[in-house]
Amino acid sequence: MSPVIENLDLYVDGFLTSLSIIVVAMIGSLLLGTLIAAFRVSPVPPLRAFGTFWVSTFRNTPLSVVLFFCAFGLPELGINRTFYFFGVLGLILYTSAFVCEAIRSGINSVSAGQAEAARSIGLNFSQSLRFVVLPQALRTVVPPLGSVIIAMFKNSAVVGAFGVGGDLWSTGQTLTSARGYETLPIFIGVAIGFLLITLPAGAVLQVIERKVAIAR
Amino acid sequence: MSQQETVLFDAQGPKARRRTMIGTVIGALFLLALAVVVVLRLAGQNQFSMELWGPLLNPGNENFELVWGVIGEGIVNTIKAALVAMTLSVVIGTLIAVARLSLGRYARIPLIGFVEVFRGLPVVVLVYLSVRALPDVGIDLRGWPGGQVFWGLIIGLTAYNMVIFAEVVRAGVASLPRGQREAALATGLTNGQAMRLILLPQAFRVMLPAIISQLVVVLKDTSLVVFVANFDELLSQGESIIRNLGNPIQTFTVIALLYIAINYTLGRLAQWVQARQARGSTAKATGGDDLVPVRDGA
Repeated sequence: MSPVIENLDLYVDGFLTSLSIIVVAMIGSLLLGTLIAAFRVSPVPPLRAFGTFWVSTFRNTPLSVVLFFCAFGLPELGINRTFYFFGVLGLILYTSAFVCEAIRSGINSVSAGQAEAARSIGLNFSQSLRFVVLPQALRTVVPPLGSVIIAMFKNSAVVGAFGVGGDLWSTGQTLTSARGYETLPIFIGVAIGFLLITLPAGAVLQVIERKVAIAR
Repeated sequence: MSQQETVLFDAQGPKARRRTMIGTVIGALFLLALAVVVVLRLAGQNQFSMELWGPLLNPGNENFELVWGVIGEGIVNTIKAALVAMTLSVVIGTLIAVARLSLGRYARIPLIGFVEVFRGLPVVVLVYLSVRALPDVGIDLRGWPGGQVFWGLIIGLTAYNMVIFAEVVRAGVASLPRGQREAALATGLTNGQAMRLILLPQAFRVMLPAIISQLVVVLKDTSLVVFVANFDELLSQGESIIRNLGNPIQTFTVIALLYIAINYTLGRLAQWVQARQARGSTAKATGGDDLVPVRDGA
């Protein structure tokens, strides 16, 4: 493992860049995914159709294809940004579809009787949503949403492979190709970097799941 | 759709219907405007010229047959890699699950650690390691049918998906009523026989939708090899078309539509199987739905 220890500073930089991709993509995909989920359950048909289109497009396209689209298609639309921007944008677009589905399935899991009961005791629409439907939906959403987000953490490696530069993956690439280190130890170092993110995230998710779990 | 509306909304009265109508018009206009802007921008860049689309759409074009031959080869290789990786993952995943279920409380700890580590790694890192690093440690895959990159890809995908399947199988077996195993043991079957003859066949039935949905994930992940090495799967074939014809938007559109067509069909198949099982059997109060979250977006 000495090649990893020799280049520990590079690894730390890469780890921090990966972390920044993850944090930006997490915030972005949660916001966008919630918006699309709101579209999908709204009473307005064009928005519903748009939401369905969005989800079936991004869920069934490989992340790599989404990334290539961002990098080659958006400049043609007059949007010229850095690879970091395109990479994170692609990850957000892709993940938002999964976030949307997790949230929507949570809303669907609240039985209609709950909303009906809320109405019949005199709560209005926003009250029944705020006090009855959403608190239950959010709890059901936590486990699937958590695994979507952790999958996104792992997918950030693809964004690195795509060429964002400076993240954990690129650190590994630089060390093996430009500096001639052997692949195996260097990429085991990369793998450990990702485990340092995903394993604690998994543990945190379990704690949260236990906190919000409800008996049905 | 009507299901969701009943949870969130009342049946709409005249006022609400008018508001929905206004929202519909505004929403439709907004989406239309967005589409128009995109189309105009693309047209401004001359992206709709037949020069760029012709090789993909016009059967009379000189490159049409060549291009679709290349794409067809890509589809075949993608599906082949996905199926082989899937089969291996199911087999090895089942072995891991059975081992985990039959080992004692302490003996299973290393196995759980193994599963957690592989579940925490990005699949692209695993593919990279198996394509690039396996030869370094003396594992020579060149002689295998399909070549070294193919098997590297398969091993990487399998390493990632086998532990997911181990969890799926474990959940599937756990979802069966306890009485199944007890009855099997009471009729004189050994533990191994009960697992093999009674529990696993039923668990696989419950798991079938999860297996099909995971196939979508594997199919998408085969494209990651594009970042690692040369292998003629669908996305890489698209890239080589782009290198020759210089039409990235057009080719990527076609490639994306092909992926969507295949994966959407598989997704619907999974839904159909699940609905059929939910309908077909009365003893499946525990089945189906529990297993869906397995599809974790990778």
